Amino acid sequence: MSFDLDSKIPEGPIQEKWTKHKFDSKLVNPANKRKYSVIVVGTGLAGASAAASLAELGYNVKSFCYQDSPRRAHSIAAQGGINANKNYQNDGDSTWRLFYDTVKGGDYRAREANVYRLAEVSGNIIDQCVAQGVPFAREYGGYLTNRSFGGAQVSRTFYAKGQTGQQLLIGAYQSMMRQVGLGKIQMYARREILDIVVIDGKARGVIVRDLVTGDIERHVADAVILASGGYGNVYFLSTNAMGSNVGAAWKAYKKGAGFANPCFTQIHPTCIPQSGDHQAKLTLMSESLRNDGRVWVPKEKGDKRHPNDIPEEERDYYLERIYPAFGNLVPRDVASRQAKFRVDENKGVGNTGVAVYLDFAEAIKRDGRDTIAAKYGNLFEMYQRITDESPYEQPMRIYPAVHYTMGGLWVDYNLQSTIPGLHVLGEANFSDHGANRLGASALMQGLADGYFVIPYTLGHYFGKNEIKKVDTTHPEFQKSEDEVRARTKKFLGINGSRSADEFHRALGKIMWENVGMSRNEQGLKKAISDIQQLRKEFWEDLRVPGTNEELNNELEKAGRVADFLELGELMARDALTREESCGGHFREESQTPENEALRDDEKFAHSAVWEFKGENQEPVRHREELKFEHVPLTQRSYK
Amino acid sequence: MSKEITVHLKIWRQKNRQDSGRFEEYTLNGVSQDQSFLEMLDQLNVKLVRDGKEPVAFDSDCREGICGSCSCMINGQAHGPEKETTTCQLHMRSFNDNDTIVIEPWRARAFPVIKDLVVDRSSFDKVIASGGFVSVNTGNAPDASAVLVSKENADKAMDAAACIGCGACVASCPNASAMLFVSAKISHLALLPQGQVEAQKRANSMVKTMDEMGFGNCTNHAECEASCPKGIDLSNIARMNREYFKAKIASEE
Ligand SMILES: Cc1cc2nc3c(=O)[nH]c(=O)nc-3n(C[C@H](O)[C@H](O)[C@H](O)COP(=O)(O)OP(=O)(O)OC[C@H]3O[C@@H](n4cnc5c(N)ncnc54)[C@H](O)[C@@H]3O)c2cc1C
Ligand code: FES
Repeated sequence: MSFDLDSKIPEGPIQEKWTKHKFDSKLVNPANKRKYSVIVVGTGLAGASAAASLAELGYNVKSFCYQDSPRRAHSIAAQGGINANKNYQNDGDSTWRLFYDTVKGGDYRAREANVYRLAEVSGNIIDQCVAQGVPFAREYGGYLTNRSFGGAQVSRTFYAKGQTGQQLLIGAYQSMMRQVGLGKIQMYARREILDIVVIDGKARGVIVRDLVTGDIERHVADAVILASGGYGNVYFLSTNAMGSNVGAAWKAYKKGAGFANPCFTQIHPTCIPQSGDHQAKLTLMSESLRNDGRVWVPKEKGDKRHPNDIPEEERDYYLERIYPAFGNLVPRDVASRQAKFRVDENKGVGNTGVAVYLDFAEAIKRDGRDTIAAKYGNLFEMYQRITDESPYEQPMRIYPAVHYTMGGLWVDYNLQSTIPGLHVLGEANFSDHGANRLGASALMQGLADGYFVIPYTLGHYFGKNEIKKVDTTHPEFQKSEDEVRARTKKFLGINGSRSADEFHRALGKIMWENVGMSRNEQGLKKAISDIQQLRKEFWEDLRVPGTNEELNNELEKAGRVADFLELGELMARDALTREESCGGHFREESQTPENEALRDDEKFAHSAVWEFKGENQEPVRHREELKFEHVPLTQRSYK
Repeated sequence: MSKEITVHLKIWRQKNRQDSGRFEEYTLNGVSQDQSFLEMLDQLNVKLVRDGKEPVAFDSDCREGICGSCSCMINGQAHGPEKETTTCQLHMRSFNDNDTIVIEPWRARAFPVIKDLVVDRSSFDKVIASGGFVSVNTGNAPDASAVLVSKENADKAMDAAACIGCGACVASCPNASAMLFVSAKISHLALLPQGQVEAQKRANSMVKTMDEMGFGNCTNHAECEASCPKGIDLSNIARMNREYFKAKIASEE
């Protein structure tokens, strides 16, 4: 079977594609919508907004999440803000500019038509959220206010203190709970998706473990939506929530969904540096801090003085020096890499020498402590709680950390994967951010997908396809369930000596060292063989205490780590075959004399889409060629 | 520089809902004071797994103090000794060498224990489903700047909306009342013009569901406010009562 990578981009001028597509799409009349059922995996911004919107339209929705409540999905942790093309600041923003910035920021590895649509609907998102009661920051006159974020020269980011993700998610969650109350959504919390069921070539259901009782359940529907988030936890240490996992997406990959650009990961420049081996996760300090904070290191190598004792002229504000036009607000990949270069040249700061400073002294002098506290107070507190140092008194120490994954399941313009009926939204898909995501654009994309895209494209899918009646007694359900049970039995039966966490840490180390901020052929080949070795040890020496028939955190972790041990290898393969640098993917072999990422558009202006070929078989790399008709391909420059 | 300490843990172990549960004691060496409280429990669990014992079950996800997953009574205090700090943000700096630390689950009729330190808080979701929203469908919304909101009200609404739904308020209240949680939601929405339309109806049905779920009454102990990791204040309860009585009066007219 050949892989169908038809992007289904509608004809016509880019400004009219979405309008035309909506008009041309098949409709399902309101009475018939009640006859269709949809499974939505995930209750983050993408999943919650989709579930609520689809239920409002009349579809019968079943929603799943692994947390004890849908309100706790990882989206809740987003701090900084959400972009939109409103141009309330009168500073020259527009749909076109947001589109342009996103394609350029993504280093020309995203599909133009999708990005344009994202920019086009971004304003509606803000309208919707305000109507739900999201308390965005306002000016004294009662109007909405904005801040700026990296990779843009306009102020287009809406925010709710340092808790934008929380507020947006609560808005979507409440809309969802309203539908739960009305009986249109059935909510299944503390459930983990362990397989996707495909019948006659179409996604028709999921196999789920009840995390409290261990019961394995079958759920059938007319379509399946995956909004299960990103896979940054493959690195063990990341800013993702502890439970963030690739499980659902990985099972879909194994059932025939293409996995696109797995090596495109985002390393966020402003995180609290690791302090020791005990650490379970890293904490992000919002990028919005770069609006007022200045990044620097001592000019002198190995300078161990207290930062407040280092005089102005002995500091190197290297982002301002190298990139005068964007200064501290260069995109994330650029800021991260520059921090790594400083540490590599032995100019890193703090006890470990693996950090740079982010300094607010000048901003506090200019605007006053109260103004800075109003903007960033909660972030400063969080920082102090973790490090025991006050950013009001001395510069923060920051270092890049894994934060977001641009890669994910391949989807066409309708957000449908290569498995008909399986739609993928939010961070779980690969679509809009190319090789680097701009700050405040993930929240925008998740909500665009859920509120404004899937309600149309899912109707189109139902209108166009005949969905046969099936139920959970279908042999494919039995087969999937048997496989899931067999795997669980295997985890519990190894009886080795190491916990899942120990393997996860080891995998993380391989990934960070070889498939992290800077990659080369030799390291990537080593990563592939090291991961294979580690995987072998995992299946021989894992220890999972307890049974399936109870709440068993260790069993959950084992399943997630087993998937990461396979995904990690695919990421290294993808990074190895992409012999160019672009966005967050930096191949040492491909750089400009100034150490900037050097793209190879001739050979690599495409998305790489991987097809699963069976256990222990080499996956096959396909491509979707990308055409840039509106944003001309140029070497990115932020100087 | 960080110091390593030894702690003596007394942890509530309960196999499932039916089990009656008991305390078990563990001593853990080599705990860095830079470690978070939950990283300390991770360390204990790695040790327990290695020794072939059952690790301690507890909830956590974001570990940034925002998702509301983590819980625990620590030495009798919800989320431990630090003000406005969730258990995941609590650090071992707050403890001394050789301290004994007692760790229990939330205890409330509406939050039954599932296992060890994990409880069932789905009653909170049911309260929200009964009215904690604005009835607006996707696509209905006017332009975001069409309705002005004073900065003061927007800020107050934000403060109320900062609730993370962790349940500390219920766990620390002698009556296991959910008034702070419910009033924070009612205030958040009542303070905004978008939420005003349904304010009384909302208060009515949320209070009704709250009672049905088995939460207790509020008798002004204020333990909820003291234990809230997000500093949600008691004035929300007063605001809720106003909305609730307005609703009552309206329905009697
Ligand atoms: C600390 C932090 C700060 C951020 N700040 C910003 C910001 O300021 N602006 C911005 O635009 N972006 C930000 N991001 C990125 C953004 O938050 C995420 O990309 C986005 O929220 C992802 O949303 P989602 O709906 O796709 O997935 P998630 O919110 O991750 O939700 C995933 C859902 O899937 C469920 N799930 C996953 N796997 C399974 C399974 N196997 N079975 C059942 N359920 C499953 C989970 O329970 C959850 O409900 C930030 C990210 C982090 C980590
Ligand atoms: S784990 Fe999320 S608040 Fe503590």
